[in-house]
Amino acid sequence: MTTVVRAQGLTKRYGSFTAVDAVDFTLEEGRIYGLLGRNGAGKTTIMQLLTGQLFPNGGELEVFGRTPAEHADVLRRLCFIAESQRYPEDFTPAHVFKSAPWFFENWDAAFAERLVADFRLPTKRRIKKLSRGQLSAVGVIVGLASRAPLTFFDEPYLGLDAVARHIFYDRLLEDYAEHPRTIVLSTHLIDEVANLLEHVILIDQGRILLDRDAEEVRGSATTIAGARAAVDAFTADRPVIGREGIGGLASVTIDGRLDQAERIRAAELGLELAPVSLQQLIVHLTGTDLAGTAEQEKAA
Amino acid sequence: MDESRPIFIQITEQVENDIIEGTLAEGAQIPSINEFATFHRINPATALRGVNRLVDDGTVEKRRGIGMFVTIGARERLIERRRADFADTYIRPLIVEAEKLGLDVDQLAALIRAERIES
Repeated sequence: MTTVVRAQGLTKRYGSFTAVDAVDFTLEEGRIYGLLGRNGAGKTTIMQLLTGQLFPNGGELEVFGRTPAEHADVLRRLCFIAESQRYPEDFTPAHVFKSAPWFFENWDAAFAERLVADFRLPTKRRIKKLSRGQLSAVGVIVGLASRAPLTFFDEPYLGLDAVARHIFYDRLLEDYAEHPRTIVLSTHLIDEVANLLEHVILIDQGRILLDRDAEEVRGSATTIAGARAAVDAFTADRPVIGREGIGGLASVTIDGRLDQAERIRAAELGLELAPVSLQQLIVHLTGTDLAGTAEQEKAA
Repeated sequence: MDESRPIFIQITEQVENDIIEGTLAEGAQIPSINEFATFHRINPATALRGVNRLVDDGTVEKRRGIGMFVTIGARERLIERRRADFADTYIRPLIVEAEKLGLDVDQLAALIRAERIES
């Protein structure tokens, strides 16, 4: 397995605000990563550092073995699709796709054309006349058809409807299967992308909260619900990451898998066990109930 | 896909079920990793992990450059294994629930017989 990105103690500060706080992580070749976290967690800043759009204040960063900023041979292998990508005023989508091969050596014009048809994108209309969803489709098409060895999608689908999003997921998977490359997906629609991811990196307040194989994360937490006394007894010695309750009933989420014997015991105690999806787990890990981020969220 | 359990395990089980039910005959080719991935909208690495478990226990064999095929005798072996797990997977939870409702073993047996006759 070849390492594509290596970050060590990577830090980015804006005045007194630390957007990225000494994070360590690596990205391996040929995997799909989910870079997840709440608004303002530092996801976009990390991607901007990795793509040489920002200079770090500290730490080490290697992308394809070199610092990304101002190294053309590194930047040529990157594609970054931003949430609100800007284009020259009078450009049409056709212009964007025509100029793409100058920036991306693996550009596949035929694939781009198929995607244009899939998304029903009017290619002769001026960019500023496009709807929000159509503008997002332009970005998604560039991101896919560029086949860059390291591709970032930062909330790529503002305004895209559910059908268009599923076209994106399907084409992404099909093309990734044919042309494996490293893809970083940053999104709030975690439930939709959960199964596409091979690895999950969860960012909160500029730090890494979770850096794990997606399969390991799935089913790594369980919610136990039932009579408060029984729930409390069952979860007493376990790492609790979420707790809700009403009257005599409680619902407690624990970090950790239950084995067969524990499941049977829970059933005997009359407790209900429910799986915790990746999205629910992230809400628990970054939510206000235990992480205590409420104050900072207000300040932001 | 069921969110509660690892997806690679569900891929394994689905192929096993197809073999047990006869949808996938012995000697038949199973879908490729990429076909599994795009059909279920899952990461190919997850699909590979699920299929590798079938290769490891001899249910499926790889033929280089051609694909993956159900081995001869796979169905018999799977049924044997499922029977061994049957008590843990189905009978114990059934007894727990029956006891909660105050049903004894004879009543439970009678209920099972009645279901068999109806269906």
